[in-house]
Amino acid sequence: MARMKFLCDAERCIECNGCVTACKNENEVPWGVNRRRVVTINDGVVGAEKSISVACMHCSDAPCMAVCPVDCFYRTPDGVVLHDKDLCIGCGYCFYACPFGAPQFPQAGAFGLRGKMDKCTFCAGGPETDRSEAEFKKYGRNRLAEGKLPACAEMCSTKALLGGDGDVIADIYRERVLRRGKGSEVWGWGTAYGPGRPGAQPPAAAPARKS
Amino acid sequence: MLLTRKATSHAAPQARLARAVSGTAPKTMDRRTFLKRSGIGVGAGAVASQLPFSMMGEAQAKEGDGKVEVKRTVCTHCSVGCAIDAVVQDGVWVRQEPVFDSPLNLGAHCAKGASVREHGMTHDSHRLKYPMKLEDGKWKRISWDTAYDEISSKMLEIRKQSGPDALFLVGSSKHNNEQSELLCKWARLWGSNNTDHQARICHSTTVAGLGQTWGYGAMTNSYNDEQNSKSLMFLGSNAAEAHPVSMLHTLHAKENGCKVIVVDPRYTRTAAKADLYVRHRSGSDVAFIFGLLHHIFKNGWEDKKYIHDRVYGMDDVKKEVLAKWTPDKVTEVTGVPEEQVYQVAKILSENRPGFVIWAMGQTQHTNANAIVRASNILMLSLGNVGRSGGGCNVYRGHDNVQGATDVGPNPDTLPGYYPVAVPGSWVHWAKVWNVDLDWLKKRYASEALMARPGMTVSRWIDGVTERNEAIDQDSNLRMIFFWGHAPNSQTRGSEMIEAMKKLDLMVVVDPYPSASAAMFAKVRKDGAYLLPVATQFETEGSVTASNRSLQWRERVIEPLFESRTDHMIMYQLAQKLGFADQFIGKKDGKQVLRLVKGKGGMEEPSMEDTLRNEINAGCWTIGYTGQSPERLQAHMRNMHVFDIKSTRARGGKDAKTGYDLTGDYYGLPWPCYGTDKIKHPGTPLLYDTHKHPMDGGHAFRALFGIEKDGVNLLAEDGVACKGSDITTGYPQFDHVLLKKLGWWDELSDEEKKEAEGKTWANDLSGGIQRVAMKHGCSPFGNAKARAVVWNWPDPIPQHREPLFSPRPDLVAKYPNHDDVKVFWRLPTLFKSIQDQAIKDGVAKSFPLILTSGRLVEYEGGGEETRSNPWLAELQQDNFVEISPKAAADRGVKNGEYVWVSTPGKNGNGSNVRLKVKALVTERVGDDTCFIPFHFSGWWQGEDMLPYYPEGAAPIVRGEAVNTATTYGYDRITMMQESKTTLCQVAKA
Repeated sequence: MARMKFLCDAERCIECNGCVTACKNENEVPWGVNRRRVVTINDGVVGAEKSISVACMHCSDAPCMAVCPVDCFYRTPDGVVLHDKDLCIGCGYCFYACPFGAPQFPQAGAFGLRGKMDKCTFCAGGPETDRSEAEFKKYGRNRLAEGKLPACAEMCSTKALLGGDGDVIADIYRERVLRRGKGSEVWGWGTAYGPGRPGAQPPAAAPARKS
Repeated sequence: MLLTRKATSHAAPQARLARAVSGTAPKTMDRRTFLKRSGIGVGAGAVASQLPFSMMGEAQAKEGDGKVEVKRTVCTHCSVGCAIDAVVQDGVWVRQEPVFDSPLNLGAHCAKGASVREHGMTHDSHRLKYPMKLEDGKWKRISWDTAYDEISSKMLEIRKQSGPDALFLVGSSKHNNEQSELLCKWARLWGSNNTDHQARICHSTTVAGLGQTWGYGAMTNSYNDEQNSKSLMFLGSNAAEAHPVSMLHTLHAKENGCKVIVVDPRYTRTAAKADLYVRHRSGSDVAFIFGLLHHIFKNGWEDKKYIHDRVYGMDDVKKEVLAKWTPDKVTEVTGVPEEQVYQVAKILSENRPGFVIWAMGQTQHTNANAIVRASNILMLSLGNVGRSGGGCNVYRGHDNVQGATDVGPNPDTLPGYYPVAVPGSWVHWAKVWNVDLDWLKKRYASEALMARPGMTVSRWIDGVTERNEAIDQDSNLRMIFFWGHAPNSQTRGSEMIEAMKKLDLMVVVDPYPSASAAMFAKVRKDGAYLLPVATQFETEGSVTASNRSLQWRERVIEPLFESRTDHMIMYQLAQKLGFADQFIGKKDGKQVLRLVKGKGGMEEPSMEDTLRNEINAGCWTIGYTGQSPERLQAHMRNMHVFDIKSTRARGGKDAKTGYDLTGDYYGLPWPCYGTDKIKHPGTPLLYDTHKHPMDGGHAFRALFGIEKDGVNLLAEDGVACKGSDITTGYPQFDHVLLKKLGWWDELSDEEKKEAEGKTWANDLSGGIQRVAMKHGCSPFGNAKARAVVWNWPDPIPQHREPLFSPRPDLVAKYPNHDDVKVFWRLPTLFKSIQDQAIKDGVAKSFPLILTSGRLVEYEGGGEETRSNPWLAELQQDNFVEISPKAAADRGVKNGEYVWVSTPGKNGNGSNVRLKVKALVTERVGDDTCFIPFHFSGWWQGEDMLPYYPEGAAPIVRGEAVNTATTYGYDRITMMQESKTTLCQVAKA
């Protein structure tokens, strides 16, 4: 069974926001709720500007799942982290736990009124029947059930955002890094923890790992 | 730009999620079953199975049988030409899928392309929904019949009083080719050359510069061909925001070792992806390019054999560059350190072939014609033009600005660049259109005015306000049509509103006419009509991408609301104005264009007929003749057979028609010479002699004669297309040359009848082109490119300071042109404005350079894209980019409102000022400010919402930078200066 992953190639992301509107379009996400957004660091600083597209990363050990008091999250056999809006109480713990800021809350108001959490589903819908009206209304489109990949990755203008089987994505990215002779150091351990730290070496040269 | 991203907004439109009324979802199989059965797992390359289902988009969907269709269309937001599969259920556009097979975009989209389905949504739509009229200062709904009656009677009344030239018709680069060609004809049948469109203020200087250098005014190669490059220099293009999907090819090239250089006053999103970024001063491009050439010539890096064989006048340029553009001078003018200039020159020389890539950054200047030509000369010096991976990749703006330039409403040319000044052009087109030439002549005020290029869109305001005795036509302009044009894309907005006060009639034909409407209603009580028109998703037709490929759009949905197609409106207005028969070419028992049933059963001219019987039949000059609707449609159905690097089909047959695609280049990039019968494959790379003409080979055009002052202008011996029977330079083909060569008898009898006395450009049989190419010859000759354009005011390109220059000391050294008394029918000022600015000390009171440009989320004037909630949410405020130092010096903090004032004047003599948010960023240098140009709807601090027609105001409104931009026009094409003026910034 494939394990679904997103990977955004910072050497290619041009902050065009195609992924953002593709998501809005396909899932009809309302104004103010951003399942996916593009983050730019060092905006306008010569030689230092980088952009990446961020959404739910569908973590293997998802912090949101760990903290949810009503246990509304579940993981599909494809490794997609989904949640049940009928169970969600809108407490926002997942929002605090998530390192990527993925959980979104459609309502705003006093006394913690947030509404049901909404987030990227990897275009895989929710617990309702696949491709049913109820599923679309609550969670958006179920493209995986149609044999398609998430709209954001499919439409990415420069193929920076890759979404799909983790092994395939890793192969694509590895080939790019090898071709460039650099890359993973730009976005990864080296950036996160500073060069020279243990684990800061680019993993790019490692042989392909097949599971 | 992070500044403007807000999570929530008070202006939030209704939640789309809530209004997605669903249809019934046929339950077929669950996800896991599907994946198992399809056997694909879900790989990164999983092919879209295109199973369409569920989800009706709108409650308006008529009771249907659940019929689902997939329509293939093309994005309307830029010239890359991204294909889109639109899923339509019961007539409602319910989904949008990427087209991975497209060789141009491989399924990729930017924010705009990924959101085009919004055009089909009716709930909470911000479009104009029915015809409206301004009455007592209020927008009032009227019927189409009333609108036509009132508009046409007013037009005829003004025509009677002031003649046909009292009209200015602004067409559109967003029309498809067929509508563009029809609108060009419409203007001529009305009897005036006063018609123009966005290309004037987009790439007119490119077209003129390229055309005068080597023959055609278009991008030499394709986006795809960048994958074959070793170096790419972006000088005046921010492709990452303006043409995001082109970066797919650029970044692919970069990953394979191509060097990417970005030269720009701003550190753009494109620059962030470059190997080298160079910051130069806005408007100093000629000096920068000649700085590069200085190093190239000094070090002997030029391609001497290529120059000898294929270039005229390079020695003169070399002499001037070595003498005048020494590194110190270059640095003085551009602000770029010498080492950097040298470094760029070295990279370009060591990494051939390569491209110079540009867009508005080069073209929108008072000396843009010189900048463009300097770029051409640079590429010629390196031997980069006419080969794969090298040349001038000029990124056109709107989706069909290339096509509308080629065949659309231009003031100086008929479709296919046939000049109005040449009587033969009229004979040619009257024949194609099946219109009586004498009748046509009588439609004009005089034959002299028929031969005189009209005014340009950049100057229509002066056509209204200028003293009558100073203009080169009888009457001032009294009425204007904005047929798909945003007023805020034009400079001098503060003066435009003064012109609007004087107009007798303004008609806006547009799906989103509100910027013009609001401006007009702000100063007027009556005199304007708004007509709702269909978008390109609501009609069919061909569109020309920047790489000259034509693509055919299928109609996705019926025109929404009361809107009608452009060509239906043209035809219906023509009926009222009395030239409907001529419009469809009905004469002597023949009719050129069939009438077909359009919206509501009403008649409109056939788009296929327009392409086949007018464009294909008439545009010989630029090879728009081989792209029949059938061939284009076969390409659209079979995108998968085209190679991504070469764009050529290796094989393949269209299942529907049996058409053999083998050898065709995708979209039959023009020139696709000859009739469709001879199956010319299109020309992917202009001037590429390495191929046979019937394989897309090409030479430089012999447009400028055979010799100049004793110097040969034709290509030297040994230079000709592969397989050519003539292995040296030759002139353009005509009946005489064909006879001299002894090839005349290869024409059929039919062809001979038509070709007698004709040239390759007006032989309606296509025989001359066919025979020339059969012998391996380019129909338009085989000549040298010109480094010296002796027929222009500056035969060698000159740096000239902008009219509003921050450097008075440099104005003294590099002054602009003298004023011109009559230029495109209007007096045009250069030096007097520049001198006055210096006298007034403008550079002191407005010490910052103001430049403008694009945001990825919006397009052009922006009314359409700012009405799309998925896009509008991403950019909610207009802003000015200002450097940390310039901001600190003025006590301005990030995110605060500021006033940006310019030397532009209001009617009352005060300076124009814009209220925008400050975005403090190192993206701009300390001397430069930047404002994106897509906003409108605020007027110097005032929200214009009350002046909009109800329900047709865009979601996001803001100050239009062009309210404040200043006077300044190109000496050749009347391009506006919107990239360099001056400003001051103060806390609001």
